[in-house]
Amino acid sequence: MWEYTDKVKEHFLNPRNAGEVEDANAVGEVGSMACGDALKLTLKVTDEGTIEDAKFQTFGCASAIASASALTELLKGKSLKEAEKVTNQEIADYLGGLPKEKMHCSVLGHQALEAALSNYKGEAPKEQEGEIVCECFGVTDVEIEKAIRENSLSSVEEVTNYTKAGGGCETCHDTIRELIAKVRDEEAPAKRPKLSNIRKIKMIEETLEREIRPSLQQDGGDIELIDVIGNRVLVATRGACAVCKASELTLTHLVEKTLREMVWPELVVEEVTE
Amino acid sequence: MKTIYMDNNATTQVATEVLEAMLPFLTDRYGNPSSAYLFGGQVARNIRDAREQTAAILGAFPEEIIFTSCGSESDNTAIMSALNTGKDKMHIVTSRVEHPAVKVLCNELTKQGYRVTEIPVDKEGRLDMDRYKESLTPDTAIVSLMWANNETGVIFPVERAAQMARDRGILFHTDAVQAVGKIPIDLQNSAIDMLSISGHKLHAPKGIGVLYVRKGTKFSPFLIGGHQERGRRGGTENTASIIALGKACELAANRMEEENTKVKALRDKLERELLRQIPNSRVNGGGSERLPNTTNISFESIEGESILLLMDEFGICASSGSACTSGSLQPSHVLRAMGVPFTMAHGSVRFSLSVYNTEDEVDFVIDKIPPIIARLRELSPFWRQEGQVC
Repeated sequence: MWEYTDKVKEHFLNPRNAGEVEDANAVGEVGSMACGDALKLTLKVTDEGTIEDAKFQTFGCASAIASASALTELLKGKSLKEAEKVTNQEIADYLGGLPKEKMHCSVLGHQALEAALSNYKGEAPKEQEGEIVCECFGVTDVEIEKAIRENSLSSVEEVTNYTKAGGGCETCHDTIRELIAKVRDEEAPAKRPKLSNIRKIKMIEETLEREIRPSLQQDGGDIELIDVIGNRVLVATRGACAVCKASELTLTHLVEKTLREMVWPELVVEEVTE
Repeated sequence: MKTIYMDNNATTQVATEVLEAMLPFLTDRYGNPSSAYLFGGQVARNIRDAREQTAAILGAFPEEIIFTSCGSESDNTAIMSALNTGKDKMHIVTSRVEHPAVKVLCNELTKQGYRVTEIPVDKEGRLDMDRYKESLTPDTAIVSLMWANNETGVIFPVERAAQMARDRGILFHTDAVQAVGKIPIDLQNSAIDMLSISGHKLHAPKGIGVLYVRKGTKFSPFLIGGHQERGRRGGTENTASIIALGKACELAANRMEEENTKVKALRDKLERELLRQIPNSRVNGGGSERLPNTTNISFESIEGESILLLMDEFGICASSGSACTSGSLQPSHVLRAMGVPFTMAHGSVRFSLSVYNTEDEVDFVIDKIPPIIARLRELSPFWRQEGQVC
């Protein structure tokens, strides 16, 4: 049995705004019988661009019904501009959260909203964007990437929870993994701190001085930074370290690990002989 | 609120008589049946009696009974034993509608190089016997077919299937977890080599099962350890539960007629009335020979979890084959194998009754379900007032 919040249960048992707005001027229909859930959202938007009325019809489980009910409550009284900003996470938050396996119910609500808004603008129903990745549930790469980006998803299981993709025959799992990696690569550069070469060398020197030298000197050894070429850190060992057979091990395991942790994750330490 | 329990294919209430029989073995009579002294040795005698009671309901010999921890262990043991003793045979025959204890194991075995043939069923859930016959090859190590389906109650002709396997020198196992106590079983006059039982499906507690292994069948134990169960299943006996199961089998044998008269009449009434009052509903597997206690009804255009949760508001307990309740995103593999359309599969509810259900309870359920279905259909975009699906 799913652990639903009281708010989910309450909205399931007493759904708000069930039905169809009679003179609706924005209609969004998403999902299908085959997928196990579907939602039809009807809105009445005033000439001033305010959502005056919102109603829903849902085929689906308790959390799908509650999510649709929550969506209509969130939308009523909002301007179209405000409505555009409503996310699936907001629907889930409104209900005090959803079980992670049921997040796709909030995504369905969000998709219905997007469909209704583009319907209002007179746009033709969206052509399918991208390629189908999950044949079982008809989910495209564009939809999967969007869910990964908007909800910071990092595993196939999470993608399935949010989009249903991969929840059937599982043959698309490798493709989903590739999509996760692709989105992560896109986002990665922006998140990385900029590190100039000079700053990098300075940080390496400081780290060697602070973290590594003391323990090497204890054993009568020492380490000297010779050069930094890209991510290659060239070092020379002195004293006991230079003749110690374990020095290579010391260098890769201790120095490289420490430098990667403190300075830059892709550094490679190489020992140079004189 | 009173609980109206109609989910007996999931688990059952422990019978009062069963609880009374087992309790002393959880209190005063805690001796180890393997011990040399009387305090333990007496318990061994009780286990012997329980083994006889269990054998009796199957028409088996007591030495053919191995106590296990559950139906799944019995299923796993049977299939793995057949493969381990089957020389180099690499083929398994089973059906598309098996319990996960068989189905998932077979899927795993394909990764180890075994070949698995899953025999299809027709729209009523009946096994395709022609395909079955064709599937039996000299390379087949074992056939594993369930006696009665847990979701639909549809009964497979396992005795005929077992004879066909025997004629070709192939071992035959059946998961009879749902069948025992509901349909007569006489293993001495059948070609079934191995059979699984689960205690908690017949009013014994959870945590006890049985694997029947016909005398003379090559066997390789799954759980290796002590000499218990004549070396066929290591581990100190689950004494209290074994005693409980023995008692439960005795009770079940006595109640088999009641299952097929009283319980069947209640099931039939429930089914008839729900179908009569609710348009666009149907019984899955209704055209087949079925267990007397089970009915699987689909209500078009709505989803099963919603139905169950609204039923729960009235204390009514049942199951669904919908995606949301199956723990996956797809509806039940059994209904899909039967080709039940999505419009129907998502809205399926299984009611499974027992001798403890009363006519009042059935009337209560008949009263409560139609408004629940109407309410959810009102919410559904696929439902139209005139009762037509768009």
